[in-house]
Amino acid sequence: MAAPRLVRAPAPDATLVVRRAHVLDPNAGIDAPHDVVVRDGEIAEITPPGDAAVPAGAEVVDGEGRHLFPGFVDPHVHLRTPGQEHKEDIETGTRAAAAGGYCMVVAMPNTDPVLDNAPLLNAVREEAQRDARIPVGFMPAITRGLQGAELTEMQELREAGAIGFTDDGRPVVSAGILRRAMRYQKLCGGVIALHEEDPTLSAGGVMHEGEVSARLGLAGYPSVGESTMVARDAALALDERARTHFQHLSAWQSVEALAAARAAGAPVSGAASPHHLLLTDEAVLTLDTRMKMNPPLRTERDRQAVIAGLRDGTIECIATDHAPHATFEKDAPFEEAPMGTTGLETAFAAVYTGLVRPGVLTLEVLVERLTAGARLMDLPVPTIAPGAPANLCLVDLEATWLVGESGYESRSENCCFAGRELNGRVLLTVAAGAVAYRERSFALSEVRP
Amino acid sequence: MPRHLLSIADLDRDGIERILARAASFAEASGREIKKLPTLRGRRVLNLFYENSTRTRSSFEIAAKTLSADVTNFAASGSSVEKGESLKDTVQTLSAYDPAAIVIRHPHAGAAAMVARWTPAAVVNAGDGKHEHPTQALLDVYTLTRRLGALDGKRIWIVGDIEHSRVARSDILAFTKMGAHVTVCGPPTLIPRGIEALGCDVRFTLDELREADVVYALRMQRERMRDSYVPSLREYVANYQIDGRRLGPRQVLMHPGPVNRGVELSGDVVDSPQAVITAQVEAGVVVRMAVLYELLAGARANAPEPATPGPVLA
Repeated sequence: MAAPRLVRAPAPDATLVVRRAHVLDPNAGIDAPHDVVVRDGEIAEITPPGDAAVPAGAEVVDGEGRHLFPGFVDPHVHLRTPGQEHKEDIETGTRAAAAGGYCMVVAMPNTDPVLDNAPLLNAVREEAQRDARIPVGFMPAITRGLQGAELTEMQELREAGAIGFTDDGRPVVSAGILRRAMRYQKLCGGVIALHEEDPTLSAGGVMHEGEVSARLGLAGYPSVGESTMVARDAALALDERARTHFQHLSAWQSVEALAAARAAGAPVSGAASPHHLLLTDEAVLTLDTRMKMNPPLRTERDRQAVIAGLRDGTIECIATDHAPHATFEKDAPFEEAPMGTTGLETAFAAVYTGLVRPGVLTLEVLVERLTAGARLMDLPVPTIAPGAPANLCLVDLEATWLVGESGYESRSENCCFAGRELNGRVLLTVAAGAVAYRERSFALSEVRP
Repeated sequence: MPRHLLSIADLDRDGIERILARAASFAEASGREIKKLPTLRGRRVLNLFYENSTRTRSSFEIAAKTLSADVTNFAASGSSVEKGESLKDTVQTLSAYDPAAIVIRHPHAGAAAMVARWTPAAVVNAGDGKHEHPTQALLDVYTLTRRLGALDGKRIWIVGDIEHSRVARSDILAFTKMGAHVTVCGPPTLIPRGIEALGCDVRFTLDELREADVVYALRMQRERMRDSYVPSLREYVANYQIDGRRLGPRQVLMHPGPVNRGVELSGDVVDSPQAVITAQVEAGVVVRMAVLYELLAGARANAPEPATPGPVLA
């Protein structure tokens, strides 16, 4: 019997009624105002607005003028435990996730030491059982030490609860080693998630190769450095019938490669990150190190291709690649600063403000893409349906807020959207049946005795 | 004039001309021998060099001393930097000495701009990574206008390793702002994709070099061969060396120094009457004097000193 894939700290089951919220759940096919009753952590009832009977001891939450979505799922976050707790830890990272409306996150293994063995996986899962505000899963490394040379004990790791495997932060450079991992996946299961980058092409690049890098005199990482690896590994995935997921696609050629692989029948999926959906390399002109991430912000053409891929489903999900770094680490010249932006607290609002309000993406598609990561990681998709565990977030779409103005739940502040005014504020998050986040100004509502 | 000199991109033509006019006045007032002026007496100028650069550092040092400033040189080696101190901490420590100006050379783009956010001193970028080297561009424009008059309509070819050259980037910006037409030429592997965005043309051969009024050769470093940017020095020399056969009698030859004789330039053209390489070095001092003057003395003339010193973290 394998261990459960998701773990979190004990939390009391919620009993509450969300009154008159506009419930939007593309998976359940709901898009109308309802009352939603949560009893003992489960969705008990969905009724016409105002009709729900309030169970004893229930909190009544005013949802009027607000939206209730299934909780979001992020298949790609860096919680930095173990070893880099000055950037983030399981408690702060999952708190940030809850503040962003997330009810499940999957943590990457590029920690110190690298999450590449079952004893360490057991240790971080124990920590999550103590500290995690929302359910968290772990994705250990494909290769020991992320070195790209020897496979980890994938079967033992799966039995210990591994969601899947990734060398995120680094590519699996050797096609031969990746093919071995894909073959071994037939034994142990678990999606193989890939950070695609040909290091001979990215070769020290600190930003996208293009007009902006030419102007700034920064070493560029060309789009083909990503897309050629997507194409190579999609071919391997097709040949081995191996469930493969491409992380944070940033280049238009990568979107084309993914679409071609899918058309050929390869069992591949892809993710897009909010920053690649909303920003381009123009943002690097000021050499603001919050704009330094890997893969880098690319051109408007790339951005449009990633948006189009997300819209038409070529790219199935949004993943933040939440990558916290301490201020002193980011307070360095651009070339020296570490790569990464935080994203959990801003993902919904940023994409809602940048793409949904201008009419580029529908709200329904956004919510679907923010939850689809669960399916891609073989996790239960959060659904607003009677009998389902309560995974919900209540959002005020009209509320505006200035990113960073009142600080962050994350331990780190390296958010590429800092200083932007966004629409859409998460007021309440319920994860696996427990209230995981309540916005500060959103006071505890009326509780029926 | 902005409070700092961080990049040519921050200057307009008027700003450039103002610095050049000031430099000319220094040069003319003192004749061939530049006399010491009391302008910056009692004020500190810190040279903070994270890369070795005898030429640029000594040029700034001479410029500041000629204006009677007290100059202190900090080199990255043998200092707190080697003990792992961050740039920010170093700058804040040095700022406690209340310098009027910090002149910084750093191997990474944007370092000078970051320093400007961390110190109340005026900051002069003496080269940040492969990004910019604004005083080099100013002295190049100064040298050229002295030789040719206004640069409007002049054709300037910059030849060599554009990719790794902060001089090229600052020069493209400065020359085009002064009305010149810039062409960059070199092996395709050493011309960054997208460089046209700076407003220059791109050529991969010297076939049309004859059209140039000015030929600006860049230093070719041997490690570029090791990294296969070009297959061999021999092939580079064959295709891109400026020699007596390629350089026309009415063309002006420039180079930021130090010259690799026999690589980017043949020995004979270095010593030819077309070469203004020594004039560039001379111009370096008066132009850097002008920059320090405009940033420090100019600002003080315009705005009275505050009664109490401002916060260290401006």
